[in-house]
Amino acid sequence: MLLELKNIYKNYIQGNMDVPVLKNINLSIEEGEYVAIMGPSGSGKSTLMNIIGCIDKPTAGTYFLDGQEINTLKDRELSFVRNKQIGFVFQTFNLMPRQTALDNVGLPLQYAKVPKKERKRMCLEALDLVGLSDRVSFKPTQLSGGQKQRVAIARAMVNQPKILLADEPTGALDSKSGIQVMDLFRELHERGTTIIMITHSDEIASYADRMVKIIDGELIMGDEEASGQEVQDE
Amino acid sequence: MIENIRLSFQGIWAHKMRSFLTMLGIIIGIAAIIAIVSTIKGTSEQIKDNLVGTSTNVVKVELYQGDWGYKSGDSSGGNTLPVFNDSLKDEILDLDEVTAVASYRLGSLYSGAMYGDNAVNNTTFVGVDEDYFSVMGYSVKKGRLFTEHDRKNHNKFIILDSVAADTLFAGEKDYIGKTVIIKNDAYVVIGVVEQQDSFSPKVENLNDWYTYYYNDASGKYFVTDDIWPMLFGFDEPYNVVVKPRSTEDMTKAGRKTADILNNYIGANNNANNNDGNEDESMGSSLKYRSEDLLEKAKALQEVSASTSKQLIWIASISLIVGGIGVMNIMLVSVTERTREIGLKKALGARKGVILAQFLTEAAVLTSLGGMIGVGAGIGLAYIISDVAKTPVAISGAAIVVSVVFSMVIGIVFGFIPSVKAANLNPIDALRYE
Repeated sequence: MLLELKNIYKNYIQGNMDVPVLKNINLSIEEGEYVAIMGPSGSGKSTLMNIIGCIDKPTAGTYFLDGQEINTLKDRELSFVRNKQIGFVFQTFNLMPRQTALDNVGLPLQYAKVPKKERKRMCLEALDLVGLSDRVSFKPTQLSGGQKQRVAIARAMVNQPKILLADEPTGALDSKSGIQVMDLFRELHERGTTIIMITHSDEIASYADRMVKIIDGELIMGDEEASGQEVQDE
Repeated sequence: MIENIRLSFQGIWAHKMRSFLTMLGIIIGIAAIIAIVSTIKGTSEQIKDNLVGTSTNVVKVELYQGDWGYKSGDSSGGNTLPVFNDSLKDEILDLDEVTAVASYRLGSLYSGAMYGDNAVNNTTFVGVDEDYFSVMGYSVKKGRLFTEHDRKNHNKFIILDSVAADTLFAGEKDYIGKTVIIKNDAYVVIGVVEQQDSFSPKVENLNDWYTYYYNDASGKYFVTDDIWPMLFGFDEPYNVVVKPRSTEDMTKAGRKTADILNNYIGANNNANNNDGNEDESMGSSLKYRSEDLLEKAKALQEVSASTSKQLIWIASISLIVGGIGVMNIMLVSVTERTREIGLKKALGARKGVILAQFLTEAAVLTSLGGMIGVGAGIGLAYIISDVAKTPVAISGAAIVVSVVFSMVIGIVFGFIPSVKAANLNPIDALRYE
């Protein structure tokens, strides 16, 4: 088991109100799986994703990633896990606007203290993987939305993490670019990367092997639950 | 680190106007300090140059009676002092700090000198030994210097400096070999000397003029010390001039020479005392003292240095104000870049990485401000010097200290914003709109 969430509970305090976001989540994901997490806005899917990505902590419950109990880790160790085990892809790309594609891709390697020469080689490799070898020295403003997202994917993959976490990766893209990104995900999946993707769209979710639905902070497993009503949310 | 510095420059460049305004406090503070230091240092060096001279660094060790210079022609004790001799000269030459020694006697005659109908009153006479001209940095302009032969034969020869020559022979060119009447006696002019590379002090007020020129107004008349008694009627005490190894040795060379001379006259005074006790009070009040120009210069420099220290403190206030400005902008910058910080943390950046990034940015910003400030300060110093007619000396140390200090300001005032950035929660930071 690559990833195991047990009785995860998460709440926010708003004023005097205790607002539960995740209620008793149990979820296991095997290495090499391609999972889509679906749910309407405010269902808690992003919070779940952030907990999986080790950038948020659950209020209660335990989370094992690759055999490590994440709750017990210190800030420094969490940074290490985020750097080595997890690759993030965001809806809005989150690229550094003033840095070139190459420098953007190199950020995680920089934090991992990879020597400069080696870093460049790995970045070029990652950019080649996403088909942007000819855009190496372009800045984000000079790239199309699809290209930006592919740079972000190269950045997520450059450290060869076990898990690729994608939060609405096609949300800000036109359908053609969206399909390109999905094709790229499939390719990465076939190479053995575990992919966890959040999406509204059934169509995008259909690329995944397994669908997990979350409604009002509670998980509903299995494909049969994913009915057409979710599409209306968009 | 280099990466961080590069990023900092990118960030500064991306917000040119804001960065410049942020730096302004630092620029003004550093510029003020550099201008003050340069002006003060310039003045201080001028003081030293004026008093000590640039190349003719010699120390005169003259005989004093109480607080006053010993007056020639005054027979009160001075002429009972033992005469300067070669063994004494060798003893002074043996001092580490001294490279050359000459003895001389100073006196003035109201009756002065006369050439034809032209009489010059109140002239200064210098009785010199064979080393005097070289030690004092005189060179022959016309004619020749005294020779051994002149001395031994007690030739009534005279050498003038150019001021004396111009006054006495007003307009006349060919005066070598001419006869001058001094005290109803005839002296032959054999040469004219000029002080080589003699420094020309900057005269800015009447005091300076009195200090540097008044005494020399009618020039100097040089004779061999062997004929001094003929001129003044006494075998008067000698003064000594020494050439120190370096300017810094001036004080020491002067003191040690004075010590040797005082020892010598002290010993002889005591010997005299055994013969006649009456002389005691007279003898002990006569003392050799080195004219300590370096000390005088230092005292004056200290006064200006303490003034400058106060000014620097005041200028430092503007640096603190500048530092607060930097802190303010860094806080804004951290807030603006909250999402960026969140992303970096999500990508695995540790606290230290974020901290270093913002600290570097603050330090680069203020160092840059410091460098611009140094440039502005040097410019300002030259403008001040032009307007106020004061000299400028740029201090390399002040420049280095200023830039380093402005870097430190960046680190100190950038610390709180940087810690704030480093401690951001990644999820809050990523969600920040």
